[in-house]
Amino acid sequence: MSTTETTASGIGPVEGAALYDVDNPAPVIEAPRQRTKKTPKPTRGNFEMYGWLFMRLSGIVLVVLVIGHLLIQLVLDGGVSKIGFAFVAGRWASPWWQVWDLAMLWLAMLHGANGLRTVINDYAERANTRLWLKGLLYTATVFTILLGTLVIFTFDPNIR
Amino acid sequence: MATPVLDKVEAEAKAAAYITVTFRVRRFNPEVSAESTWEDFQLEIDPKERVLDGLHKIKWDLDGTLTFRRSCAHGICGSDAMRINGKNRLACKTLIKDINPEKPITIEPIKGLTVLKDLVVDMEPFFQAYRDVMPFLITKDTNEPTRERLQSAEDRERFDDTTKCILCAACTSSCPVFWNDGQYFGPAAIVNAHRFIFDSRDQAGEQRLEILNDKDGVWRCRTTFNCTDACPRGIEVTKAIQEVKRALITRRF
Repeated sequence: MSTTETTASGIGPVEGAALYDVDNPAPVIEAPRQRTKKTPKPTRGNFEMYGWLFMRLSGIVLVVLVIGHLLIQLVLDGGVSKIGFAFVAGRWASPWWQVWDLAMLWLAMLHGANGLRTVINDYAERANTRLWLKGLLYTATVFTILLGTLVIFTFDPNIR
Repeated sequence: MATPVLDKVEAEAKAAAYITVTFRVRRFNPEVSAESTWEDFQLEIDPKERVLDGLHKIKWDLDGTLTFRRSCAHGICGSDAMRINGKNRLACKTLIKDINPEKPITIEPIKGLTVLKDLVVDMEPFFQAYRDVMPFLITKDTNEPTRERLQSAEDRERFDDTTKCILCAACTSSCPVFWNDGQYFGPAAIVNAHRFIFDSRDQAGEQRLEILNDKDGVWRCRTTFNCTDACPRGIEVTKAIQEVKRALITRRF
């Protein structure tokens, strides 16, 4: 402040008069979403706790599911070159792999969506931004889960 | 005071120990400008002095307009938490020799709270969160203060760590979740709830847990350990938050 403003002391080079003084102070920069006496409103229920637990538990299960999936798809038995329509059709003929893929789809989507919800809660400051980002997130999540589930259950290898 | 001869020797030894330090202070004065700027101060100071002594030197000898809070100046009132070299510390507990005085020492107000002037921030949202966890003893059956409330040494030990809090806001204002969303309770409020939740004499633990089970309660903690690193009292803040989480989960299952 002193290096620049002791000489200028708020006097702009153009205006020639002080922009701010004792009776007319500059606005302070408020911290985002400050706590007040009225906010946040107390919430009931354990949603956040179940969300937190779900992240941990689904994470553990996903490690097994995803690493297994990657091994089968990319490493074992010829690697990525073996993947084709026939390979996928062959795997989905077995209920075991149907359940595997279904669990992976649901857990990964919910885990990711909840993670992004947390990120939005942490980083989006304006109420409107939060609303729109979350709306977009939930729409994408529901769409992907429903579409994936539909494909797994109605997959028919006898195409045409 | 010793003899004049000794005084002289002491004074010479002292003068020899002085070094030149640059204090780079983040300054903001709404009555002058809407912008906050860095200002450098050159100080001749003993490196064994504290940052607060340097600030005093600036305020008393160089620039009386420098504004900061301090009260006891001995690390117990919690007034002078500030961001020194990018880390939240108490100015009165930080020795200049410990923070590399060869380079300019940056001093900023703590983050996440509204800066009012220079190093002074609006602590109201911080104390609101503190009040919201009901930081006082609540008993249901024996409200009459007729006799001492006895407690075993083990029961006292359970929450000993969190009784050390001095409400300086170093932890809360180092928390990245709090920086972006002031609705979060913040570590300091949770630490002070922990102090009563695990106190065997208190009977409103359930109520406090319910408060911290909130949307903006303990579940927003990301365990980044910034609070534990920042605490000038050495409280294991993140551990206390995790203990509250564990209490909430075990209470349900």
